[in-house]
Amino acid sequence: MDKNTIIEQVGKKIAEEILNEPGRKISADESLISSGLIDSFSLVDLALIAEDLYGVQIDDAELSADIFDTLNQLAELILERS
Amino acid sequence: MKNFSSVLLEKYQNAKDQEIIYFLQSGQEDIPITYQELIEKASCYAEAYQEKGVLPGDVLILVLQHSQELIYAYFGAVLAGAVPSIMPFLTEKLLPEKYQQDFQSLIQIIQPRAVVTYKEFKQQVFDQFSEKPNVDHIFLCEDIPLQSKRISESLPGLTRNPEDVVLLQHSSGTTGLQKGVALSHQSVFQQLEQYSEAIHLDPKKDIIVSWLPLYHDMGLIACFLMPILLGVPLVVMSPFDWVRAPYRLFTSISSYKGTLCWLPNFAYNFCAKKVRDSQLEGVDLSSLRAMINCSEPVRYASHQAFLKRYEGYGFKESALAASYAMAENVFGVTQGGIDSPLVEDHIDRDIFQLQKKALPVKNGEAEMIMVSTGKPIHNVLVQVVDEKGNCLEDRQVGEVLVKSNCLFNGYYNRPDITQKAFMEGWFKTGDYGYIADGEVFITGRKKDLIIVGGKNIYPQDLESIAMEIQGVHPGRVVAFGVFNETTGTEDVVIVAEANKENSEEKESIEAAIKEKVTRNSAVALRHVLVVNEKWLIKTSSGKIARLANKEKYIKFIKSSN
Repeated sequence: MDKNTIIEQVGKKIAEEILNEPGRKISADESLISSGLIDSFSLVDLALIAEDLYGVQIDDAELSADIFDTLNQLAELILERS
Repeated sequence: MKNFSSVLLEKYQNAKDQEIIYFLQSGQEDIPITYQELIEKASCYAEAYQEKGVLPGDVLILVLQHSQELIYAYFGAVLAGAVPSIMPFLTEKLLPEKYQQDFQSLIQIIQPRAVVTYKEFKQQVFDQFSEKPNVDHIFLCEDIPLQSKRISESLPGLTRNPEDVVLLQHSSGTTGLQKGVALSHQSVFQQLEQYSEAIHLDPKKDIIVSWLPLYHDMGLIACFLMPILLGVPLVVMSPFDWVRAPYRLFTSISSYKGTLCWLPNFAYNFCAKKVRDSQLEGVDLSSLRAMINCSEPVRYASHQAFLKRYEGYGFKESALAASYAMAENVFGVTQGGIDSPLVEDHIDRDIFQLQKKALPVKNGEAEMIMVSTGKPIHNVLVQVVDEKGNCLEDRQVGEVLVKSNCLFNGYYNRPDITQKAFMEGWFKTGDYGYIADGEVFITGRKKDLIIVGGKNIYPQDLESIAMEIQGVHPGRVVAFGVFNETTGTEDVVIVAEANKENSEEKESIEAAIKEKVTRNSAVALRHVLVVNEKWLIKTSSGKIARLANKEKYIKFIKSSN
């Protein structure tokens, strides 16, 4: 599995399921959490997406901009654990 | 003389070994806290406050995370006779400049004696303010050593009179922070006495489990002060942890055999969707006798979704309960679903919308399912009135008024808005509703308040932020909430007029509004619509009509889909 595929798949899921804007493109370095794009009620969805698509566990303590804030960083985290 | 401190002292003398709080933190072992530990550590704070000249009646603003420090700092203020008020912590999304502005306006109205916070927060936030907060002292938790030692019986808190203000409650945002609900010792006790009777609270059998924030009445009163003052064990986790791991609420209920839990409506949808079976292995919710829906309009569909998701884990339908509550009445006005199942009212939708009446639906007509919030608790009277203040009959929709022996003392240092909130001794709630067979149903709001996830948001705060964006016409912005069936709460929407013809320019203004509002209010905007001049409907006095524009927006969205 390559990083760009993960970025594309996760970005698509976020646009469709969290933002409810299916056409929205999220770039690999756009900030997700610190910008407020993903609000606090949707943080848990990021963990659920990682688990559903790749079987990767993201602990709730890791759902923070300090651990990852972009699709790029999230994809790296997923690759490390899969 | 009964006040908060005398009750705590009585617990210290007679129940000091009782474990009263179980403090849960992500990734750490649960921490049991006895009355002895709670009160001795709180008294360390009380002594520190006194040493710096804090006097009974002085207001202390607590800017602390959901933590043990917050608990000790809060009760420390009580023991010192001071008046604690919790200010929400700065989150990473909110701009520090905006936080400063809100904080300064809070200080100006409340005129607190001191602030309690962390060293790091002081350095990174308060020390960066262009204008230093005008308070005598900033207490730092790190400077207050917590020792176990016998407490003195001459606590200043013991001298407080029943009618003295014991605490302030604020809702968030610029407008909310300017309305500190001031509650007296006796109002809180009268509320707790009647509310606990309504839910048959039993310190020997009940265990309350909560993730709610303490700056809100549901979290502060029902899930913090009530259990601690009445001796009911409390299992408490941080809202910050819960929102990232909602399953923890259920594993905690299961392991502690929790019996009572309060949630805002959105949390029923949230929990139904965002918890996986793998996280619920071995969970048993059969100990829960009431899951009380409160602080947002109660939705039938949200209850059904929750029930469907958790009945396989022992959750009983009979545990579905609801309450209508407000900080101005300390907390509960009504309670339903305890002695008998919640009443569902199937009403005729067209008659409701056109004639403001809630009549039982006849076969074949379009219906709405309303869920009752129950009957008024014993010391509270509820009345529904029309625009002129005339009492309405059963099933007629009007504004809900409340009268009780536990109403607030007033909005702190705001006699102007306090006076406007009352009509002949009745508190005007600003909510619309009706009464049928003694059951109170809440149908909507007179005031334009938006409620998202149980949190009150004033539209004018969001509108003034959006107006700062270049290209947006000043005064031509409207913010409102639109109910979202999927989330069980309201989506925040902004419609703004801008003199831009091409769609790219409009889109860039939409993006700018989204970003600016999020960073300045920590409210997630669901949708921003930029429209041409004269799209927005104004009232005869030239003001933007929020409700009319909300209806126009909903029609517009439906027609463009």
